[in-house]
Amino acid sequence: MMQRHDIFFSAAIREALDEEMQRDDSVFLIGEDIGVYGGAFGVTRGLLEKFSDKRVINTPISENSVVGAAIGASLTGLRPVVEIMYMDFILLAMDQIVNKAAKLKFIAGADLKLPLVIRTAAGSGRAYGPDHSQSFEALFMHIPGLIVVYPSTPEDAKALMKASIRHDSPVIFIEHKFLYGIRGSVSANVDKAAKIGKAAVVQEGKDLTIITYGKMLHDCLKALSDPDMKDCSVEVIDLRTLKPLDKDLILSSVSKTGRLLVVEEDNAICGVGSEVITTIVESSRKSSKFQARRLAALDSPIPASSYLESSVFPQVGKIKTTIKEMLKS
Amino acid sequence: MMKAALLAEGRESDLKSLYSKMLEIRYFEEAVLDLFQKGMLKGTAHVCIGQEAAAVGTCSELHRDDYVVSTHRGHGHYLAKGGDIKCLMAEIFGKVDGCCGGRGGSQNIIDLKIGFLGANGITGGGMPLAVGAALSAKYRGTSQVVVSFFGDGASNQGTFHESMNMAALWKLPVIFVCENNFYAMSTPLCASTAQGDIAKRGGAYGIPYFKIDGNDVFTVKEAVGNAVKAARNGAGPSLIEMVTYRHKGHSKSDQCLYRSKEEETQWLVKCPIKNIEKVFTEKSFLSKADSEKINDEVRGSIKNAVEFATDSKEPSLRGI
Repeated sequence: MMQRHDIFFSAAIREALDEEMQRDDSVFLIGEDIGVYGGAFGVTRGLLEKFSDKRVINTPISENSVVGAAIGASLTGLRPVVEIMYMDFILLAMDQIVNKAAKLKFIAGADLKLPLVIRTAAGSGRAYGPDHSQSFEALFMHIPGLIVVYPSTPEDAKALMKASIRHDSPVIFIEHKFLYGIRGSVSANVDKAAKIGKAAVVQEGKDLTIITYGKMLHDCLKALSDPDMKDCSVEVIDLRTLKPLDKDLILSSVSKTGRLLVVEEDNAICGVGSEVITTIVESSRKSSKFQARRLAALDSPIPASSYLESSVFPQVGKIKTTIKEMLKS
Repeated sequence: MMKAALLAEGRESDLKSLYSKMLEIRYFEEAVLDLFQKGMLKGTAHVCIGQEAAAVGTCSELHRDDYVVSTHRGHGHYLAKGGDIKCLMAEIFGKVDGCCGGRGGSQNIIDLKIGFLGANGITGGGMPLAVGAALSAKYRGTSQVVVSFFGDGASNQGTFHESMNMAALWKLPVIFVCENNFYAMSTPLCASTAQGDIAKRGGAYGIPYFKIDGNDVFTVKEAVGNAVKAARNGAGPSLIEMVTYRHKGHSKSDQCLYRSKEEETQWLVKCPIKNIEKVFTEKSFLSKADSEKINDEVRGSIKNAVEFATDSKEPSLRGI
C-alpha cells in the first residue's frame, strides 16, 4: 500500500524542492527573502539550513536581473528555481521572461536545454490590495515558449513542481496564496502522479462541465457540496496546467455534457476562460451544440478593503445560481 | 606594456592574428552594408565598424570556455570569440545554415559551443545573463570568467545597476565592458547620462573601474587581461569603459544627422585598424607584402562567406 501523508500545500511544494535538490546538485533556489525568512509564504523554510547559501540564494530586490541571472545559469549547466514573491512583481521581470526565457530555445535550436522554474504567489483573498493580489496567468499563456502550471491541491503541487524542475524548458509555476494553508493527502510516490499538460476530472457528471483551477476549484466544490445542488450532475475538471491545455480531456467532457462553465479568478477579458471556450468552439464538430459561460473577476483593479475584495470575484453563491440557470436551459 | 611585450617577444602570429581578426570584422561589416544596399538582405543590422579593437582586444584575452554576452551590435563580438564567419553570414541572410537556422537574425546570434551566450535586441538585456553565467561558474567551481559587453546607452538601464550590484555583492567573475561610442542610437552621452563618466559608476558598487582608449587593441588587451586574471583569482568583477566610436550609423538606415562631419572626421583618424597598422609601420613589423597578403586572405574569406550564405537553402517552418 502506498504511503500517504497529510500536509499543507506550502509544505508539499517545499518537499518537492527538497527532494529535487537532494536528487540533483545542479538544482538551486534564488529569490527574495527565501533564506533565513523562508520565503514570504514560508515555502522555503528550513531549506537554507539544509542546503547552505550556495544553493538557496537570497537576492537583492532586482526581479528582472534575478530572472536574467537564472537564465544565464540555466544556459550554463544549472537548474534554477526562482521565487517571485508576489505575481504582481513578475511584471518587473517581463523582459527577461518574454524576450529571453521564452525565446532562447527557439533561437538556438530545440537541442538547447533551458531548465527554469519561476514560481510565484498569485491571487487574492487576503486583503493585500490592488498590487499584491493579481492573477496574470493569461499574460504568460499568451507568450509562445512558456509552460504555465497552476496546481490546486497539495499532491498536484508536489508532483507538478518535481515535473517542472525536471523539465528542460521554462515553466511559470503559479501558487495561489490562499491555498498555502490548505491541507491535503500527498502520496509518497508522486512521480507517478500529475503530469504537465494533463488536467484531472475531480468529479464526474453528465449535465454540465465546470472547468476551473487554483482556489476556484475549491469554491466550485464547496458550491456543489451544498444540499441544494444534490440533483445537479456536474463534471468538474481541474486544469492543473494552463498551457498547454489538455484539449482532449476538456473537449470530451463538453461533448458529453453540452454545457461549459469556466470559473476563473483572473479577469474575463482575454483570460483563461476565453482560451478554453474558443478552443472548444474551434475543435467542435459543426453539428455539436453547447452552451458556454464564464465566471471571472470584474473588469476592475482589486480593492484592498476586506469588505470589498471578495465581491470582485466569483462567489460560491454566484457559482451555484449560474449552474442552476445553465441546467434549466 | 602589452604592446611592448607582444612586439618585443616577436609573437608574430599573435600580432598577425589580432590584425587579421580586426580586418575580418571590418570587411565583414562592410560587406553586410553593401549587401543591404544592393537589396540582397532583409531586416536590419547594427555594424560595429570602428569598434574592432574593443571586440578583438577583449576576446583575445579569453579562453574558449569563457563566456561572452553581447549586444545588438554583436557581429564583431561573435567573430572575435571564435564564431564561424560563414554561419554568421548565413544567419544574416536568414538561411538554414545560419548559426541559429535563420531564426535569430543579426541581433540574436547565440553559439554555446564557443561560450557566446547571445547577442540580443534589448538594450541592457544581456547583463543579467552574464551575472548568471558567472554565478554558475562559481557554483560549479570552474575558473571560467564572463565578459558582458554593453554600450553607453545600456549604462542607464536598470539591468546595468542590478547586474553590477549583484556581481559585486557575490564577487562574481564578470568583466563588464562598456563600449562607449558616445551615442545611444541618436542620443548623445551628454543628453542621456548624468555624470558622464560611465567607469565611475563602478565606484558606486565598490568594484575596480577603468576608462581606456578602446581604439588601441593593445591597451584593451592589457586592461582586459588584468581584469580577467583578477576575476579568475576570485577577486570579483570589474568595469572597463572603452572609449571608441562607430564609424557608421546606429543601424543600416541611419544617416547620422545627429553627428557633425567634423566630429566624424576626428574619430576616423583614430580608427583602430589604422592604429595597429601605424604600430606595425613604426616597429617595421609587417612588410607591405605581408600586410596585403593578410588583407587578401580576409577578403577571400568574406567572399566565401557570402557565397556560402547565398547558396544556403531557405529554412522551413518544420518543428516550429
